[in-house]
This record gives sequence, structure tokens and C-alpha cells, in this order.
Amino acid sequence: MSFVPHTQEDIKQMLEAIGVSSIDELFRDIPLGLRAKSFNIPAGRPEFEVTQILHKLSLKNGIGLINFVGAGFYDHFIPAAVDAIAGRSEFYTAYTPYQPECSQGWLQAIYEYQTIICQLTGLDVSNASLYDGGTALFEAMMMAIRETGRNKIILDSGINLIYRTMLYTYTSNLSIEFVEIPVVHGQSSRKDLFKHLDNKTAAVIFQNPNFFGAVDDYSDAVNEVHKFGALAIASVYPVSLGLLKTPGEMGFDIATGEGQSLGIPLSFGGPYLGFMSAKNELVRQMPGRIVGLTVDSQGSRGFVLTLQTREQHIRRQRATSNICSNEALCALRAVVFVSLLGRDGLVELAEHNYQKAEFAKEQLLRLKSVEVKRSSATFNEFTVFLPCNADKVVERMIEKGFACGFPLGRFYKGMDNYLLVAVTEKRTKEEIIAFIDNLKKVL
Amino acid sequence: MSIPKNLLYTKDHEWVRIEGKVAYVGITDHAQHSLGDITFVELPKIGEEIKQASYCSTVESVKAASEVFAPLSGKVLSINTELSAHPELINQSPYEKGYFFTMEFSNEAEKANLMAADGYEIYIEGISK
Amino acid sequence: MKLIFEKHKDGRRGFSYGSNCVLEAKLLPRKYCRAKAAILPSLSELDVVRHYTNLSRLNFSVDTNFYPLGSCTMKYNPKFTEKVASFEGFLQLHPLLPQLSGGGKLAQGSLEVLYETEKLLCEITAMSAFTMQPLAGAHGELTGVMLIAAYHKDKGSRRKYVIVPDSSHGTNPASAAIAGYQVKVIPTGPDGYMDLAEFKKELSDEVAAVMLTCPDTLGIFNPRIKEITDLAHKAGALMYYDGANLNAMLGKCRPGDIGFDVVHLNLHKTFATPHGGGGPGAGPVGVSEKLAEFLPISRVVKRSDGSYALDYNYHKSIGYIAPFYGNFGVILKAYAYMLILGKEGLTKVAEIAVLNANYCQAKLKDWYDLPFSKNCMHECVFSAARQVKYGVHAIDIAKYLIDKGFHPPTIYFPLIVSEALMIEPTETESKETIDAFIDTMIEIARLAKENPSLIKQAPLNMPVKRLDEVRAARDPDLSWKPKI
Repeated sequence: MSFVPHTQEDIKQMLEAIGVSSIDELFRDIPLGLRAKSFNIPAGRPEFEVTQILHKLSLKNGIGLINFVGAGFYDHFIPAAVDAIAGRSEFYTAYTPYQPECSQGWLQAIYEYQTIICQLTGLDVSNASLYDGGTALFEAMMMAIRETGRNKIILDSGINLIYRTMLYTYTSNLSIEFVEIPVVHGQSSRKDLFKHLDNKTAAVIFQNPNFFGAVDDYSDAVNEVHKFGALAIASVYPVSLGLLKTPGEMGFDIATGEGQSLGIPLSFGGPYLGFMSAKNELVRQMPGRIVGLTVDSQGSRGFVLTLQTREQHIRRQRATSNICSNEALCALRAVVFVSLLGRDGLVELAEHNYQKAEFAKEQLLRLKSVEVKRSSATFNEFTVFLPCNADKVVERMIEKGFACGFPLGRFYKGMDNYLLVAVTEKRTKEEIIAFIDNLKKVL
Repeated sequence: MSIPKNLLYTKDHEWVRIEGKVAYVGITDHAQHSLGDITFVELPKIGEEIKQASYCSTVESVKAASEVFAPLSGKVLSINTELSAHPELINQSPYEKGYFFTMEFSNEAEKANLMAADGYEIYIEGISK
Repeated sequence: MKLIFEKHKDGRRGFSYGSNCVLEAKLLPRKYCRAKAAILPSLSELDVVRHYTNLSRLNFSVDTNFYPLGSCTMKYNPKFTEKVASFEGFLQLHPLLPQLSGGGKLAQGSLEVLYETEKLLCEITAMSAFTMQPLAGAHGELTGVMLIAAYHKDKGSRRKYVIVPDSSHGTNPASAAIAGYQVKVIPTGPDGYMDLAEFKKELSDEVAAVMLTCPDTLGIFNPRIKEITDLAHKAGALMYYDGANLNAMLGKCRPGDIGFDVVHLNLHKTFATPHGGGGPGAGPVGVSEKLAEFLPISRVVKRSDGSYALDYNYHKSIGYIAPFYGNFGVILKAYAYMLILGKEGLTKVAEIAVLNANYCQAKLKDWYDLPFSKNCMHECVFSAARQVKYGVHAIDIAKYLIDKGFHPPTIYFPLIVSEALMIEPTETESKETIDAFIDTMIEIARLAKENPSLIKQAPLNMPVKRLDEVRAARDPDLSWKPKI
């Protein structure tokens, strides 16, 4: 099966029109010595067999676990209407809307997406999406380096280690000086920040809530960052922005984050959605596509890709980024998800997450052997100190049917007994109680 | 195509008008015409030292970004701030309202590297063939 | 159409989380809370569904229109791959699960998909290992150039330059620059091939890599490609293969056999995963043996007991280029596609893709200028230079095609062809569809001569007329602002 519609007669007529006698002749420019030395691919199979093979494989994944693992990637509910819209092939089988007149649906949807990202983050301008939260953070960092002409970056160690590692990987051939400042009692150490902040600093990057789930008001830090002419960048969790102070309200210059929580399935790590918004004056430093509103020759409203001179297809090696394809379909999921929830729904979602996590904390207090870290307020994720190695607890809990959290020792030295527990709106009271009962049994 | 007699020109289609020690810099009518509607211009910073024939500004249309090179070496004295809100001035009035910046030039001898109006006219006739 | 924000009505709800069954409502301390709620639309579910359904109908797409957008390989995306990707076992899996003690056994299905896809891609391209992590083609390019940098660094060699031809995709020089290299651009000779004399002049022991697309962006296979790879290797440079055009090569020719060291593929092009309106794509990167140790971590390995696991134990790895294992949902669809096509199906893809492109070229070459008159591979590149004499530009031709229900070819790329029209029909389009497109292109060529104003007015049948891109760029309006 190759989804090719040609009959033998079609092929014959087409070869005649071209003026060759065989399809082979069309490949004559490939010297014989360069032809494929082998092509040992199994023979094709019919659709029902392939579907069955893959269905069986899908069953080898254990998804019955009750999930308390987050660590930046959350198990949120996705309304069916999101799938219905993203499943319309007029959206998913189109490509980048280069030709605006036959892509108004996509262009308007992206303009609406850009608007919700601005509204959520409290900043002025958003692009049409980036790959994921980590690459978005890298792009933001590069914006700051270009904008300031400096090359020192201060990272808060409350930023997801996965993202910090990505930043180090991407910059291994560039001369960028990194400083990491510690997290003390769940919060970013201002003392260490102020010690390292200087007029060589291009940007300071925070995450809110940080990897330990702690929320903070970074206004004071951002203010200090600006005194040195540096930019402040926030990596944020969009669901939390139903409640939390926005990057814009705190004075941040750029916000980025992972948009997976906005209607995108966990799907073993991708496709996800990198989002980015920034203050107006940084728009020409932004990477990726941007949709703008304009009018047509009759004066009617319409949408186009705009400010394209920033991009690789025009500016090549001097472009703001090399990005071409982004995650448009995931951005569509996000805008449909947020539109369904609406003003009240998004607040409700954030509140449920917060309150259920608080409930879980309280229930955990019943266990004498664990200690819930309460030095700072958290959103829907928090750390628990266990009497034994968290890895072992995680393993025993999997056998009980629970993915009980993320063992912090994997990412942080000396934190082997700490467990990071996430509670989303999907966890019921019964599940939370059962989780704690089982935890008691395995400790 | 307008090519005022009182200006000097570069092969990259910048013009320069010299008034004593000060030079006004912009791009030519030919340049604005071939770029089409100009949407944005990035100007040098006041006080910046620029060098003849090296990059000093960027001018953009919808589908192109072109570099502008300094016609002379020297220090940037002022920039045409009108252009940020009204880049179309470069299309409408490339030699007057659409100038980019003024500079204090430092090397009189560099003028020898520039073309007079008649030379530039022959030059653009040559490249448009 | 109104914006979704303009349809808002206070008090309406499209979704509810129900009552919160846990204790009394707790409040987050105020100093951490946003002062102003996000201004989002409040609508019913039907409002939202109708809005986006109607928006979808304003798009051209592969399922509704012929979409010969050159370089993008807009082939049909088989529906069963969507079904496969929606199996709960794949969709719901948390990416951290196999990183937890005892969690690996619960991710065996997905790990097997990654492992087996890697194996198939190795055979298709003659490379020895792949990373599935890059999230799009350009992301693959950046990863590939970083692997090259790591290789040279490990050898103790400091190299400054990456060579690209002037016909290359913009992503090539952009990726090289982001990885920290300076870019040298080689012109295309009058014969349509990269100028070999210029190439030799620029090649030195300071060149880290040569990035080529093959067949190139003119749709031409350079018969002297081996000479180029040999010269580069002699200078100690590595050869990078931009896989955007792999569709023409399946089963016929493999980058590894030619001597390429690094390859990126676009699964959303060659392997039929939907383009999604501009992503998600997937850009896995394959490498020859000497580069395998630098690949990003984690890597999926098969243990002796037949189980699959994540392996982080590569001390020369460049590190993390993505948070997890790539765009898994996309990789899965590509895997399903490879299984259903198999060896014969994949080979046929290349054959018919090349047949369709050559047919277009043969039928249109009397009507449009063919800047490099050669046997083409999967796409053909014309110039509208002849039509420009009558005032009709490539963009006008594109707009007229839209009116006739065809998505236009790629226009104004490659940059070295003035008024370029780059047509890639792909193998899934029938002779009838292509004939209808050809007829319209011939009609345009005639009209350009006889009645050019008719073309310059187009499109007339679309929801909007030509849009003012100058205004959009001069005075950017990039998001809706609530009226206060």
C-alpha cells in the first residue's frame, strides 16, 4: 500500500508525455555507483494488521496508574471538543499559512492564540508558538543576549533541570557565562542574585512556580535586574496563571513556558507547545512566526504572517532563530481549550489544582513519618520528605497502581529522600485518600 | 529616477550630503524603488563610530532586509527619529525627509571613494541592464 | 469573521469542572495572585465549536485541495495513522514514567516504537544511529551541526566555517550560525549545480561541514555529489544532508552510501505525518558510526532479554536538545506509515513522486521559463520571468491559482531563481488532478499575455481579497485588545 492512485495506463501516458520509456530512466542522474546498496525494509502490511500491531504495542504501556507525577508535565483533563476541532483535517493537513487568502482560518486562530498568551502572561506580544518550554527558554535567552549585547546569564536553580541542561547543551559552542543561584527554603535566594548581578548580565531567568512547586512574587528581583540594564525572563506554567501574579505584573520582559497543560496530551513527551510573549519593544527580537491583523484591498479585516524579515527564509544566517515549522496544531488546541474554559473556567481550573494539592498536603500530615515542606506557598505541586529513599517508595507505589511523584534525588544532590508530588484537577478526593493510605503501607 | 547633483553616492546605493564637517546619509531613490514599500529601519546609535563601507543600518520591506553601509567613516551625530513611526518617508522623500542620520566624518580623503551624480547615473544604468 | 473575543457574553460557560469536593475552599495568599483576571471569551461549547469549525473551512488543506507547495512534500496523510496515534496507551503516557524506578516496564510499547523507528530510518538512509529527539527539521539541523561541532572538538580541531550553497534553505545558514559557526555561501553555476571551482576555493581545514540538500532545492540530483563529499572529507570537513527532499530518494539512493555523515529527516514530509498548519513536525537526525557517541541523551536500547530501556551512559553526548524523546505522537504516525508501505511501497513513493514532477515539467516547459533545463526529481522549478514582461509576477500567478482552488506552488524560492515557481506534486496526486492544475497554469500563461489585469486582480472568490502586508508590518497589530 503506498496511497498512489496511478494506474498502469496513467503511468504509460505520463512517461510518453515526458519522452522517456521507463520510470527508471527518470533516475538516470543518480550514478549507478551511488544507488542504494541495500534497502532491507519489511514488506508492507494491510491497514488492519498494522493497526493491530500498534494497538498491541499501546497495551504494553501501563496507563492505569493514578498519576501524581508532574515535574513540569501535567495530567490535566482535555474536553472532547478540543479533539474534535484539532481533528478537522482542514486544520491538520494544511501547512504554514504562507498564502493568506486561502489560510484565513489558520491565521485568525493563531492571532487568537497570540491574544490568549498575552492575556495569560500579562505581556504585550506573543509569537505563533515554539517547539516546547525548553527551546522557548533558550530562544528567550538568546533574545536577551542580542538585545543587551552582553553574555552573562543568571539562572535560578529552581528552573526545571531539564531546561537548564538544554540551555547548557545549546550554548556549548558559544561564549556564554552562566551563574546558578540557589533555592533557599523553596525560594530563589535574593542575596545570591544581588551578589552576581552586574552590568555584564544579559538576563536573569526564573521559573514560577519553581521546580519544587513554590510560588513567588519576583517583582523585587525584577526591579533590581532592570537597574543593571539586564532583562528578566520567566518560565511559567500556564494553568497556574488562572490565579498567579503574571510575568507582566511582576515586570518581566519575556515570558516562556510549556503549553502542554492547555489541552495537549502527555503523549510520552511530545508534541508539546512552547509559548513566548514579551514586551512590545522586543518584538523584532522574537523568534518564529507572528500573525498580524491588516485589511484587504476592499478594506475588510484579514490576517497575514508579518514581521517576516526576522526569519530564516529571509534573513538566513542573521535571522533571530532558525525555526521554521513550529507547533501550530498544539497552539490551536491551546486556544480552543482556553476558549472553552473561558474567564471563569480558567480560574476554576487553577483553583481546583491549588485546593486539591492543599487537601493532599493536609491529608499527608496524618502520616507521622513524612514531612510536607511548607516554608513557601505552592500551586499544585509540593515536596515531601520521606523517611527513606524516594526511589524505593516510587517503585513500591507503582506496584500499588500509583505514580506517586517524582524523586528529587534524580535532579538534586542530597535530596534522595524527597518526593515531588503533583495534584491536578483530575485527582478525586477518593484517589488522594487512597494514595495516602497506600503510601502509609509502603513506608 | 532622481539623482540630485549636490550629493555623493556609493555602489551600495547610499547617498551623502556634506555640509561642512557634517554629512547627511540616506539611501537613493533607486534603492528605495527596488526595495519597495519600506516597513522598518534600524538606525545606528548616536555617538557610535562607524567605518566607511561597513554595516551601519538595516532597512526592511515586507519580504527583504537590506544592510546599509556607511558612506564615510566617523561618528554618528543624530538620527532621523521620524523614521521609526514613518518609514514610508524613505519612499516618499529619500533625499530629504527620509535621510537616516547625520555624522561627523573623520577622513576627507575617503570622499574619493564616492561617486558624483553623473557617475552614479552611469553606474545604475550599467547594473540594471 | 468575528474574533472569538468579540463573541463573548458575560455569564456564559463552555466547560465546568463541577464542584470541588475537597474541604472548604482554600485561598492562595494574595501577594502571589494576579490583580487582573485574564480577559478571555466566555462562550458555550457550541459557540466555540462553531467558531473554529467555520474557521477551518477558510483554509486550503491537502484533504480539500491540491497543494503542490515545493519543498514541503504535501502528500496525503493516511487516516489510520491518526487512529493509531489516538490509542490511549500512547496518548496518556507520562514521559517521566520510564525514568522512575520500576516505571520502565510500563513504557515498553512506546520505547519499542522509538527503537524500531530508529532501526528503519537507519536502513532507509544508510546511517548507523539516529536520535529521534529533534522536534522539527530545523531543530534537526541545529542538532546535526552541534554533533559536528562536538566531533571536531573531540578531535581537538578548531574549525570556524560551515559551507552552504546559495540555493539552500534559509534554515541551513541560520542553524549553522546559531551553533556558533560563520557561514560561507557558494554560488550556483550556470548549469544549476553548486560551482565546484568556488567550492574548492572556499574549502580548507577551517571548514567544519558542508550542508547540502540532495536532490537540491532546484529539484536536481547533482551527479558529481560524490566528488563534493570526497573533497570535503579530504579537507577534514563533514558532510551534512538536509533531508527535506528525501521523498525522491526512497529505495533508490541513500545519503550514507554517498558519504554523508549527518542526516536530518522531516517525518512530516517524507513519512506522511500531517503538517498541522505549520507543525508539529519531527526532525530525527542520523549519523555515521564515528558520530554516534555524541548523540543526545537519552537513547533507547534493547536489552538481551528483549526489553527496552533508556540509556544515559554516553559521556561524550552533547546533552539534552529536547525535554524527552522527541515528538513521540509524530514519530508514531511515521512508524505506522513505514509499516503499511513497506519496502515496495516506499520505493514506489519515490518513483511516482518523480514521475509526477517530471510530467508537470514536461507539460509546462513550453509555457514557462525553465531556468535549468534538466531532468528533475520530485519537484520542478520554473520562473515567471516570461510573464513578468506582461506585468504578471509569480505572486499574481499564485493568487489566480487560489481562485481556481489550487494551493499555489512555493514562490520566490530558491532565491537564486527570479520569480521562482517551485512545484512539488507528490506521489499521492492522480493524473487527473495534475492535469487540471496544468490546464490552469497554461490558462494563466495565456491570460498573462492577453488579459493580465484578470490575473492581477485575483483572488476574487476567497473570503478576503489581497491583503495589505505593508500595513501589517509598519503598524503591527498582533493581538486583540479589550476595549476598556
